[in-house]
Amino acid sequence: MDLFTLTLSEAKAMLDRGECTSVQLTKSVLARIDAVEERVNSFITLRGEDALAQAARADKARQQGRAGALCGLPLAIKDVLCTSTMPTTCGSRILEHFLPPYDATVIEKLQDEGAVLLGKLAMDEFAMGSTSENCAFGTPHNPWRLGYVAGGSSGGSAACVAADECLASLGSDTGGSIRQPASLCGIVGMKPTYGRVSRYGLVAFASSLDQVGPMTKDVRDCALLMNVISGHDRRDATSSPNPVPDFTAALLNGLKGLRVGVPAEYFGAGLDPEVERVVRGALRMLADGGAEIIEVSLPHTEYCVAVYYLIAPAEASSNLARYDGVRYGYRDMQASSLLDMYRRSRSAGFGGEVKKRILIGTYALSAGYYDAYYKKASQVRTLIREDFDRAFASCDLIASPVTPTPAWPIGDKGDDPLALYLSDILTISANLAGIPGMSVPAGFSREGLPIGLQLQAAHFNEEILLRAAWNLEQRAGIRGRRPELS
Amino acid sequence: MKITREEVEHVARLARLELGPDEMERITGQLDTLLSYVAKLDEVDTTGVAVTTCTGVASNGFREDVVTPSLLRESALAGAPQHNGEFFVVPRILT
Repeated sequence: MDLFTLTLSEAKAMLDRGECTSVQLTKSVLARIDAVEERVNSFITLRGEDALAQAARADKARQQGRAGALCGLPLAIKDVLCTSTMPTTCGSRILEHFLPPYDATVIEKLQDEGAVLLGKLAMDEFAMGSTSENCAFGTPHNPWRLGYVAGGSSGGSAACVAADECLASLGSDTGGSIRQPASLCGIVGMKPTYGRVSRYGLVAFASSLDQVGPMTKDVRDCALLMNVISGHDRRDATSSPNPVPDFTAALLNGLKGLRVGVPAEYFGAGLDPEVERVVRGALRMLADGGAEIIEVSLPHTEYCVAVYYLIAPAEASSNLARYDGVRYGYRDMQASSLLDMYRRSRSAGFGGEVKKRILIGTYALSAGYYDAYYKKASQVRTLIREDFDRAFASCDLIASPVTPTPAWPIGDKGDDPLALYLSDILTISANLAGIPGMSVPAGFSREGLPIGLQLQAAHFNEEILLRAAWNLEQRAGIRGRRPELS
Repeated sequence: MKITREEVEHVARLARLELGPDEMERITGQLDTLLSYVAKLDEVDTTGVAVTTCTGVASNGFREDVVTPSLLRESALAGAPQHNGEFFVVPRILT
């Protein structure tokens, strides 16, 4: 058996029983990377030798009876999370050689539990994009069809897991950046409740929307990683003091008594018939398992994209002001004055999409336009949040498609600014409302491209998502199906 | 037109960005498309609706006022394009 095909929980069981070592497991994963990375292109930074040293330390810790929850398991990380041992580029030229002086809280947590970190994964520059084509260091390919997008912005994290180049990965989700690539690559991805996971050391894009989350081969692994990364952090004032449950316990429950809301607004024009077929099929599976399917309404859904593409750029324009060439990152050394240095460094360091969003955000916040754009969007955001409050009064979770279409060819949506933004319509609202959402594989299009089911629940109800997702996974019968990488 | 080239030039100055003529042309067009699209928010009556700026913890996090270790100077300077061991070094501010 190839060890690289294992899930986290399967590998953990084998390590616990002494049937393999972490060094063997890590070597297997590195050999897999060696064999397929040229085609998948998911890594920005790969540290094979260091990973083997970490694996040897994990094996030793295990022998000494000090095995953490992830002891010896090889993971990879979206390059948006600060790592003091590896460069953190955010997919941007402006941070090409940036070595952070500290680790993100979630990285510390993974390391405290003994995880082996293989490297850092491709993403749209500063997480701005839906295809990972905005990555300054190459675009990852969808393992289910090379030449097709892996999604974004956590496209590298999704492709890496789908291609068995790591056992699991971390991504970040500001408007769907975990769920959308998870759906397009046929893996499990969760955006936790805002505040569930610390953002300390997550390079900021839109601070009121960003969350870190797991991207895994199955639902059990998602729960396992949620157990590790969740919890209050005094270094992130927005992290929640709510107690963290054992998320794996949620997997034991069936679907009986679960009320699944289906919003008509998520099945509107532009939904690919193949996506609708697979999603309706998944809803039937939930119903067959004992869940009650009811109609709910989220009437402000059609405004989500407009609200998001004002609020996220507004926050980004402020957050990205820090890239000034002074403390870290790229500086144009030819500049003759401070102002000139700012302008030259930023203009050369940022890519086109990032510049565009900084300009939108600066405009929306500027004198004379603030009320018409930023304030208006923040008010409609309240109405979107209230839609969910009303819906969750009558259902426990909301099921829908993740994306209107399966994956598409790289380069296909080219320079049309709206077409790509509109493809985010089904995932954005969870970030605006701060609720948890996930994508779980539900089936395949006739062309063999993966299609996920999106589940959303009220704040801090990740357990309900995991319970429904795990039951669907048992019923869908596609777990373990692997891409041929052709 | 929702936004003019002059307005984009102004916003670019505020954001400390320089755009070449072609880039300016392209981005002005894209911004105009986007701003035309977001105008659909005008359909929504938001009279008396409160703003949502954050969905999470609504209170301050307090701690005891005690000194704890923080980033060492050498670590803070390690990534700087130019420093003198004590400070970040930048080009002259007044020209």
